[in-house]
Amino acid sequence: MTFSENVSAENRFTKAEIQEALCSRHTTEIQKRLDSARVAVAGLGGLGSNVAFALARIGVGHLHLIDFDKVDLTNLNRQQYFMRHVGMNKTDALKGELLDINPYLDIKTDCIRVTEENIPELFKDDPIICEAFDVPENKAMLVNGILGLFTEKIIVSASGMAGYGDSNSICTKKITDRFYLCGDEISDSSLGQGLMAPRVSICAGHEANLITRLIIDGHTATK
Amino acid sequence: MIRVNGEDKNLKEGVTLLSFLEQEGYQTARIAVEKNGEIIPKKQYGETLLHSGDSLEIVSFVGGG
Repeated sequence: MTFSENVSAENRFTKAEIQEALCSRHTTEIQKRLDSARVAVAGLGGLGSNVAFALARIGVGHLHLIDFDKVDLTNLNRQQYFMRHVGMNKTDALKGELLDINPYLDIKTDCIRVTEENIPELFKDDPIICEAFDVPENKAMLVNGILGLFTEKIIVSASGMAGYGDSNSICTKKITDRFYLCGDEISDSSLGQGLMAPRVSICAGHEANLITRLIIDGHTATK
Repeated sequence: MIRVNGEDKNLKEGVTLLSFLEQEGYQTARIAVEKNGEIIPKKQYGETLLHSGDSLEIVSFVGGG
């Protein structure tokens, strides 16, 4: 009877072992802040799935995954799913993958379309919200909704990451103390300049790293 | 004179934010507007007056995610 054959992946390491591994990489002080952090990811496509992977890997303790959609074969060019996930709800598929990375994370899912009406209830427990939608009207709706309906919450949004143009034109901008924007602000998805893994993941990396800075250092971290 | 996304713009005194946005060709369903450090709620675009010295940051979202 070998270890790998008889112990399921989830039980292979204890919570304490995973914590020790994370602390050895990040320090105990920083890991404590990551453990207690709570982040909502709205939209689980190329941006959101990559952001959630990054945050789960560093042990952000409480994640709230929101998307109404199912995994489609055309998503696999940039989104963190596999063939076996096609047809599944993105919320369920992604939660399963994140728990493969760290089974002790607290992951809440809502398979629902975000509307102006459900923003107050949906995001009431999440101090940091990652906007990771696809459609520009939905991006604007969520940003305006969060900033208008709440007084403390921070939103990290993204605009402009299609195609395979210059990597260095993607940047992070602080619009206000509660509103940050990642992307080149220009590159719309178009024929021959569609959404592709390399550049979308650069933008997702900007969002995830900004969220990490906000968690560890507080919200004055970026100019 | 007001400052919009880092550029100076000449403006008639007392113009509303909504008419400025329409005049400049912005699609109001796709934007977020920060004026002098505050986000202006969409419902207030029509009643927000722009004055000389105001600074606007207009975020115009494009598709993709």
